[in-house]
Amino acid sequence: MAILINRNTRLITIGITGKQGTFHTLQSRDYGTNVVGGVTPGKGGTVHEGIPVFDTTYEAVLETKANAAMIFVPPPAAADAIIECIDAELPLIICITEGIPVGDMIKVKAALKGSKSRLIGPNCPGVITPGECKIGIMPGHIHMPGNVGVISRSGTLTYEAVYQLTQREIGQSTCVGIGGDPVNGTNFIDCLEMFQKDPDTKAVIMIGEIGGTAETDAARWIKANMTKPVVSFIAGAAAPKGKRMGHAGAIISGEDDSAEAKFKILQECGITIARSPAELGQKIAEVLKK
Amino acid sequence: MNVHEYQAKDLMREFNIAVLKGGVANTPAEAVEVAKKLGGNIWVVKAQIHAGGRGKGGGVKLARSLDEVEKLSKEILGMQLVTHQTGPEGKKVLKVLVEQGCDIDHEYYCGIVLDRSVGKICMMVSTEGGMEIEKVAHETPEKIVKCHIDAATGFTAAHGRKLGYALGLKGDTLKKAMAFFDGLYKLYVSKDCSIAEINPLVTTKQGEVLALDGKLNFDDNALFRHPEIEAMRDITEESAQELEAGKYGLSYISLDGNIGCLVNGAGLAMATLDILKLHGGSPANFLDVGGGATKETVQKAFTIILQDTNVKAILVNIFGGIMKCDIIANGVVDAAKELGVKVPLVVRLEGTNVSLGKKILAESGLKITPANDLADAAKKAVEAAKGGK
Repeated sequence: MAILINRNTRLITIGITGKQGTFHTLQSRDYGTNVVGGVTPGKGGTVHEGIPVFDTTYEAVLETKANAAMIFVPPPAAADAIIECIDAELPLIICITEGIPVGDMIKVKAALKGSKSRLIGPNCPGVITPGECKIGIMPGHIHMPGNVGVISRSGTLTYEAVYQLTQREIGQSTCVGIGGDPVNGTNFIDCLEMFQKDPDTKAVIMIGEIGGTAETDAARWIKANMTKPVVSFIAGAAAPKGKRMGHAGAIISGEDDSAEAKFKILQECGITIARSPAELGQKIAEVLKK
Repeated sequence: MNVHEYQAKDLMREFNIAVLKGGVANTPAEAVEVAKKLGGNIWVVKAQIHAGGRGKGGGVKLARSLDEVEKLSKEILGMQLVTHQTGPEGKKVLKVLVEQGCDIDHEYYCGIVLDRSVGKICMMVSTEGGMEIEKVAHETPEKIVKCHIDAATGFTAAHGRKLGYALGLKGDTLKKAMAFFDGLYKLYVSKDCSIAEINPLVTTKQGEVLALDGKLNFDDNALFRHPEIEAMRDITEESAQELEAGKYGLSYISLDGNIGCLVNGAGLAMATLDILKLHGGSPANFLDVGGGATKETVQKAFTIILQDTNVKAILVNIFGGIMKCDIIANGVVDAAKELGVKVPLVVRLEGTNVSLGKKILAESGLKITPANDLADAAKKAVEAAKGGK
């Protein structure tokens, strides 16, 4: 079962002929992902590494019956590529691109509302259902199939968590990188909801960061709705204050968005917290034994 | 990216947002020239640095004669201005803005930010102008009125009315305030701002609505389409090391500890600082070498870390996914040899080609302490910085 992607996923890569697009498409295909096509405007009709290329996403979906897209388009044109995928009614859009202007993402967010698409990212490592399907830039070999769902705002920190699990022979159902940008398509709660419904997932790791209220919103949701155990770590307890975000950003919520404040609320909501990123594997092992 | 108040006000003028007449000066003589051109008999001399709280720090003064303009400019230019946002060392003032005076009737607050939780732009106003808005939000949140603006509709008259009436404005002043808000929204969106803050926004005895101060921050990711904003960058306001790091695709932030950190990925880099602190250590920096680090970027990273003389040990923490551990190991060895790294080096490698990477480190002839996992790495780095084993 898992969530979002599985053996039946049919992937197209947007920006397939670029260096990054090519490399990671092949890596995903080698892992077992069913790559059915790619899009690069102006290169329609050609075949790239054995994969048919189309000029538009619309055409690619029509011809290949793709149901997921992975975007490797440079930041200035990435939002447009997402909008093209929304227009082509792709159910799942995974945008890897880092550095998309926030103003562009605000428009994308509005376009997603009422559409048939779900967006993961941008600025994310992608999604993997171990043993079945990999869409993104994560190293496939550190994963193993199993029953722990992983959701994270960060890339390498997710690999760290997954590696700790695999070392303990605890497999993963699906790992989702929701991305590190302030405006993204899918948040923690969306993923938690899917993991709660997924019979293959027995526990969830949620890796958050300082800034915003996504983790505390998720904590309150977990308390009200989730029966499966959740283990969480928040990165940035040692980060200097105000270095990365302007002061006014936190006013909206009227709450502190420091790691300390988030840990506190997570704990109050009954979530098992890992104060150290090195404890994630151990904490999951503990909750699974209960 | 940040700009100075005088630059923010130039941008506001482009969007028909009412500001006072003024001009920027680098010397007291220039300041007098600006004041003469402005005319009148009262002027305000304002220090131009990228930090708030300038008035309280003594960087904003009222002058009642041209002589006074000269005298105050002399005092302010070159001073080390300390505010609650500069840190105790303060910031050197290199420019002043000389503005006309005005008859203030009332001070308000107006700001625009992104509300991350809903992915929309939010404009907010408050009757508590001139105060720190964080304080107002904390103590009297009911005095802040907000409008979320949908990307499809943009800012409409309805938003303007809500905010204007919330400030208790009427008649012609209300209309002027609505036009002010509309202009500020247009500026925010078309220039890809990340923060626009007018504190205070004032009404004058003559019924005008003016931005007395103005702070604009811009989305770094959107600068590619705003060369005119990029041209406003004042590098004297930015950390030389951070700028240098940026040129090589490295993300570096200087901290006040003694353990230099070299990590791949922002999340893992933050988590590395956290775990060092949990083990009683103190990181000297945040440094993310990014996903595509090469031998050159690793070397540059070491150079930047070692410029900080507080550094007593360096922790390299790499989770090689797409980036292979042997390539990183070679980069570390070469950099350590070429730069003659004298401080203890703790290296934790994990991921693709990890055994090859560890072999390269072991056979390098360098005194490198290998670490088995994240916790082990943190412990060893903390010990090394204390001059332990």
